[in-house]
Amino acid sequence: MSVRIVGRVWKFGDNINTDLIIAGKYKLSITNLDELSKHAMEALIPNFAEKVKRGDLIVAGRNFGCGSSREQAPLVIKHLGIGAVIAESFARIFYRNAINIGLPAIECKETSRIADGDLLEVNLSDGYIKNLTRNEIYSIKPIPPALLEILVSGGLVNYVKKYGKLPW
Amino acid sequence: MGMGKTIVEKIFSLASGKDTYAGDIVIARINAAMAHDGTSLLAIEAFRDMGGRSVWDPSKVALIIDHVAPSATENFSKVHKIMREFAQTYGVNLYDAGSGICHQLMVESGLIYPGALVVGADSHTCTYGALGSFATGIGSTEMAAVFMSGKLWFKVPETLRIEVSGSPPPMVLPKDIILKIIDIVGADGATYKAIEFCGSTVKSMSIDGRLTLCNMAVEMGAKTGIIETDEKIASYISSLGIKKNLELKSDGGAEYSGKISLNVSNLEPQVACPHAVDNVRPVSEVEGVEVNQVFLGSCTNGRLEDLRVAAKILRGKIINRDVRMIVVPASRNIYLQALKEGLIEIFVKAGCIVCNPGCGPCAGAHQGILASNEVCLSTSNRNFKGRMGSVEAEIYLASPATAAATALEGKITDPRRLLKS
Repeated sequence: MSVRIVGRVWKFGDNINTDLIIAGKYKLSITNLDELSKHAMEALIPNFAEKVKRGDLIVAGRNFGCGSSREQAPLVIKHLGIGAVIAESFARIFYRNAINIGLPAIECKETSRIADGDLLEVNLSDGYIKNLTRNEIYSIKPIPPALLEILVSGGLVNYVKKYGKLPW
Repeated sequence: MGMGKTIVEKIFSLASGKDTYAGDIVIARINAAMAHDGTSLLAIEAFRDMGGRSVWDPSKVALIIDHVAPSATENFSKVHKIMREFAQTYGVNLYDAGSGICHQLMVESGLIYPGALVVGADSHTCTYGALGSFATGIGSTEMAAVFMSGKLWFKVPETLRIEVSGSPPPMVLPKDIILKIIDIVGADGATYKAIEFCGSTVKSMSIDGRLTLCNMAVEMGAKTGIIETDEKIASYISSLGIKKNLELKSDGGAEYSGKISLNVSNLEPQVACPHAVDNVRPVSEVEGVEVNQVFLGSCTNGRLEDLRVAAKILRGKIINRDVRMIVVPASRNIYLQALKEGLIEIFVKAGCIVCNPGCGPCAGAHQGILASNEVCLSTSNRNFKGRMGSVEAEIYLASPATAAATALEGKITDPRRLLKS
């Protein structure tokens, strides 16, 4: 995974909960990720999975990923090829899960300035987002070094495969 | 001498072996871990992918089959089978279909005690703070790492102190109190924080009621809900035969991120309206909304006190003919006690559907899935769009008393109308 991510924005609001990301009825009945991902975000944007392109970005307001601990929520987002989720704030379990499966979850207080369809460049190592559509720069909350190491390894499982041990 | 500590800072100091305060990042020893049939498969796969060979302490790990139990699909039967095989291979505790909901079973299991640090692959793991433990939800991959190592990293959270005082009026229950608190704090008002519930109302509340309070802490984004130990917790713990009876209270000089006071002497029954848990209104503002289904159960409100108050309202009556009411005791022990007390007979005679202990329709996978344009009043903890079935269905959350009154009338009803006590 690169620490520089460029992509088009799909813009969402506040409190996007895990049932909206992937409803429990699917999570509990479909274990195949290809099949499960077809239902991602469908209550908000019908056929989102067909419309989204690899490398696109999800940008949202406060409390993204609130609700259940289901790891399928970040998993379906990653499986669709979304490069990063950028939100004003995250629910804590979603944030941990995203890092642990290797999906960049980035806190940025200025997501209200970003619109649907904007082209962004995210630079994780230098800690900023450049809005290429509006020619604006936003600061991001740095990911703690220990977590960044898990993230750039591609998640906790890949970290263990790479280093032969857990980070702790 | 260091600064005063909150309960949470004390538990993390014990679990990390260091003098820790809010904001510190620590590696901590886990005292108990749980995963259920909605989260175990990914955890077992991650355990294998990471080369897991053994579980750090099988006696402290529980796999619980509750979300779709008994299985409603072949796919789920496969998940259950994999869980049983994992439990057999590694010697961890298995609670099979029909035992009950993971959070109630953990509380009854003896794995939860004051001062314990507990993780569960379920967001409502925060429930166990009612017994003075620090318990929080994590994901499946992290759970696999816990299975292997018995350790996990944490950022020690700040604590938001919520003091509840006053005697709630009749038919105003712990569920109404926590819904009112969620109304005040908001869906993300306690993100990354622990919530310590205290005050005279909490002190006089039963363990069942306290479990309801702590269960919904996560609906405000909190990492856990927690309550200081007292003689009620001590006697509950010793009734389970557990010897670990630590006294845990926040120090006088402990630092809190905020304090909220609520007096419940004049509180009305509360209802969380679609599609957000913090969209809370007094019952008087939503009375009359017609419902198709009522659900009494879940890790929030499937305990004995909940069943008792609903049965008191339903005794000798028959629910509205246009409503189906589903009753799910939270565990086999609760089911047996409810049978003994005649509560189940009251429900069946009233026309309710009594299902086996488990999560019931709360997670939208079986036992009462909603069609489009249907309305459900539920005693559970989430009313998100699509949670219990169709994205065009509506879910209202309320107390067991409001649920029973609503089932009788076929529309959302203030339980105080039906019971003079």
